[in-house]
Amino acid sequence: MADRTLQTTAPGGKPAGRRPFDLKRQTGFSEIAWFCLFVLYAPIAVLIVFSFNDNRSVTLWTEFSLRWYRSALNNQGIQNAAMISLQVGAVATLVSTFFATLAALATTRNERFRGEGLVYAVINQPLMIPEIVTAVATLALFALIKQLTGVGGIGYLMLAHTVFCIPFAYMPIRARLEDMNLTLEQAAADLYATPLQVFRRITLPLMMPGIVAGAMLAFVVSFDDVIITLMVAGPGETTLPIYIFGQMRRGITPETNAVSTLIVLLSVVLVALLFFFGKRRR
Amino acid sequence: MAAETASVPATSAPAETERLRLAKAAIRRGKLRTRWLLLSPALLTIVLVGLLPLSIILVYSFLEPGTYGGVRWVFSTDAYVQFLFERDLFEDTLTFNPAYLEIFWRSVELALLSTVGSLLIGFPTAYFIATRPPSRRNLWLFLITLPFWTNLLIRTFAMMLILRDEGVINIILMKLGLIDQPLVLIYTDGAVFLGLVYSYLPFMVLPIYAALEKLDFRLVEAAYDLYATRGKVLRHVILPVAKPGLVAGCILVFVPGLGAYITPELLGGGKSLMIGNMIAIQFGNSRNWPFGSAASLILMAIVLVALLVYVRYAGRRRGHG
Amino acid sequence: MTGDGAAADRTAGRSDRAGAAAIEIRRVRKVFGSGQERAVVALDDVSLTIRDNEFFTLLGPSGCGKTTLLRLIAGFEQPTAGEILLFGSHLEHLPPHRRPVNTVFQQYALFPHMTVAENIGFGLMMQGRPKREIDETVRRMLALVRMDDLAGRRTDQLSGGQQQRVALARALAPHPKVLLLDEPLSALDLKLRKEMQIELKRLQHETGITFIFVTHDQEEALTMSDRIAVMSDGAILQVGTPREIYDHPARRFVADFIGEINILPAELLETREASGGASARVRLSSGQVRLARLPDGPVAAGRVNVAVRPEHAGLQPAGEGAALTGTLSNVVYFGTGTHYHLELDGPGGEGGRFVVELQNRLGAGADHAIGARLGILLTDGSLQVLCD
Repeated sequence: MADRTLQTTAPGGKPAGRRPFDLKRQTGFSEIAWFCLFVLYAPIAVLIVFSFNDNRSVTLWTEFSLRWYRSALNNQGIQNAAMISLQVGAVATLVSTFFATLAALATTRNERFRGEGLVYAVINQPLMIPEIVTAVATLALFALIKQLTGVGGIGYLMLAHTVFCIPFAYMPIRARLEDMNLTLEQAAADLYATPLQVFRRITLPLMMPGIVAGAMLAFVVSFDDVIITLMVAGPGETTLPIYIFGQMRRGITPETNAVSTLIVLLSVVLVALLFFFGKRRR
Repeated sequence: MAAETASVPATSAPAETERLRLAKAAIRRGKLRTRWLLLSPALLTIVLVGLLPLSIILVYSFLEPGTYGGVRWVFSTDAYVQFLFERDLFEDTLTFNPAYLEIFWRSVELALLSTVGSLLIGFPTAYFIATRPPSRRNLWLFLITLPFWTNLLIRTFAMMLILRDEGVINIILMKLGLIDQPLVLIYTDGAVFLGLVYSYLPFMVLPIYAALEKLDFRLVEAAYDLYATRGKVLRHVILPVAKPGLVAGCILVFVPGLGAYITPELLGGGKSLMIGNMIAIQFGNSRNWPFGSAASLILMAIVLVALLVYVRYAGRRRGHG
Repeated sequence: MTGDGAAADRTAGRSDRAGAAAIEIRRVRKVFGSGQERAVVALDDVSLTIRDNEFFTLLGPSGCGKTTLLRLIAGFEQPTAGEILLFGSHLEHLPPHRRPVNTVFQQYALFPHMTVAENIGFGLMMQGRPKREIDETVRRMLALVRMDDLAGRRTDQLSGGQQQRVALARALAPHPKVLLLDEPLSALDLKLRKEMQIELKRLQHETGITFIFVTHDQEEALTMSDRIAVMSDGAILQVGTPREIYDHPARRFVADFIGEINILPAELLETREASGGASARVRLSSGQVRLARLPDGPVAAGRVNVAVRPEHAGLQPAGEGAALTGTLSNVVYFGTGTHYHLELDGPGGEGGRFVVELQNRLGAGADHAIGARLGILLTDGSLQVLCD
């Protein structure tokens, strides 16, 4: 607001000589901000550009080609890993979003209760502990259980993902519920809706954007995870990030760029949907 | 008027009818039960699979390592002793060995440096965003948030492409004729530092922005009106408002930086080991679970100290406001 | 009064019920919070009868308990003690969705994920009425609030006044026995508020439903209500028609809260019963004796306060016969009339202040100079004795 009025005072929009005094400006800050954006995006841009490079080199440009995408999509290892990622992500997303929805319903729209702080601490616990510690600790627990029961399988990996997805799913759902006007539920009850009908007709539809956002975040977080999966996953449970992590350590080809570009694209589409969808709704 | 109130027999209402009291107690009990019923799936999952493992590694850190990974159920404090001393297998004597201490120190140092680096870029960026018109602010925020949701592994990989011997920087510099031999950028502490800043920069910008968004620019106007210069406005008006965000941002960069695994793994050389990699190695090839557990606990202790600093600071702020 | 009879005239037709009690509040008490320090008494032993087909207003400043009373009737809160009856049947143990009363909320509380028509039809749908009937009623309601064209709109695309109408239609659609309105006009600007006041009065008349209207706006209350209950600090101070409340306030708070008023110390000499209400002879501080109306409540003998509306007083030359005399200290012109502020004579020059309001006539100039000595003309009956 203020800088607009200041700008319009300059005749013809172009100040002669000195720039008009803008009280919000700090010297050099805008340059740093643009530099920050450059730093954040330049490496990704390089990665994407060279995924279309015909050459084997990942940094010397020769010719545009889609051959690395073809080779990535035909790679049996990548196909299997993507399948595992989708399975683990789907299960972790469904379970964690369901649990987080229940928890959000219990922690909002009520008077404060004893133990509320502790509940928040427990739900956010996966965010507070360094991931590598969670990873090795979970490994230790699962190894113990496997030793005691002899039961193995991909369920362990799904369970581990569910745990760290819960806080990510919980946050937007809770935010949505806290924004919600409690009078709406009272209005519905006033208009003869039973508690169950109030939930189905009012509460659930209104919290749906939060649930969708929570589920999307949970999926992105699960799909991107490296450290916990690296520790917990057994043989034959290689997810996509673990697969390309292996590629990166062995020696890189533009195929890695191509897969990476696809994963980045998936995250960007999901998050962009979320961001602009959420903005419009409000 | 008074007739209205007088028309009600004074005897008709007891203090609180029994029916009403029982109904209210039942509602209260029901609400309580519902609440814990709703909370239990999430809480149980996190307690059993998130918190229980932490107590397991606490126990493990006081046991002896098994030959092929795992533990032997024999009490031992060796895991902690091993940090500072090396046990000579033949003579059973302890000699001081700073190797692990150095890894810890390097991790703290790199995490601190990358925090400072992020701060120097992050604060001006956050301020710049907060002073944009609201419509433009959203776009900037989106652009800052997006990398945060992009796979960390892939972003680190992108950094590799920049820093490699045949990477973008070296190629450009050689094309320009500034150097003949590629500079050694990757597999150094410097590369890890750059990688950490690059990875966690959004964590710095977002909380500072959240704090600055609340800045009332009439305060800035008042300060200029009272003869403050740009620098003084920054120091006496803007920084105090941004302080909670600065603290939060520093914690959010320092904590994951300290426990980083992917960044040193891909960008650091064999010598640039950090705590995260060391712990992972103990649970992998070198197979000393008790030692890895002990290292995890020490890492958590450092993180806890950082969080306590934050909580104490946040608590003090609330006391003021 | 039907006593505690639960089998009251639930099936009686409307014409039979006219004048019957729609809502009875019996010795209701509501305490929020618990413990010695945190407990807040919102309603303290309140009793009230609201008649059928009445536009009844609960008037009072914020925090007086009027909204709490409304929420107790709606069922959003439970009374700590006491009984609430709707046409003779007990309500206090019923949840909101089983009470045949509907609420118009302060901020309307329209469901943002539904259209205007879906909002209006919601109550009927919850009652399980057939779709044909719902559509028909929704159409009728839209016509009633003059919103026929906007049935398919989303509620966030409506103006404040339109949202208000939808909220009204939604609450009226299930044809409740009593409609509760919680400061529904407070979010509207002045012009719209005036329009909606007339609109509400019309709707009440056309539907024949009992309206219980909560407001802190005295003018709104006087304009719209059949009867008003003035509340303060969790208690009902006076119930009456707007004219009774305005002309004959029984309590000092009521007199102060509604309009402007002069309050004078006086001495009660003798009381007498008359057909128009009890009255009394009072001696003012000047020694003059006038006839004043007595309130329907206990009045202490001896020293009392009497109240006079500024427009019920007049000016006359100072001297004999004047009820009071004083010095003109200020003249405030406000278009339709003029306020004359007088410093009253009294012991030690501390007689207090008195305001006289005179109508302005075209062409008449200011006839009194500041500092002039003037007498105040008070006729018999312009004075009202207060209970406190």
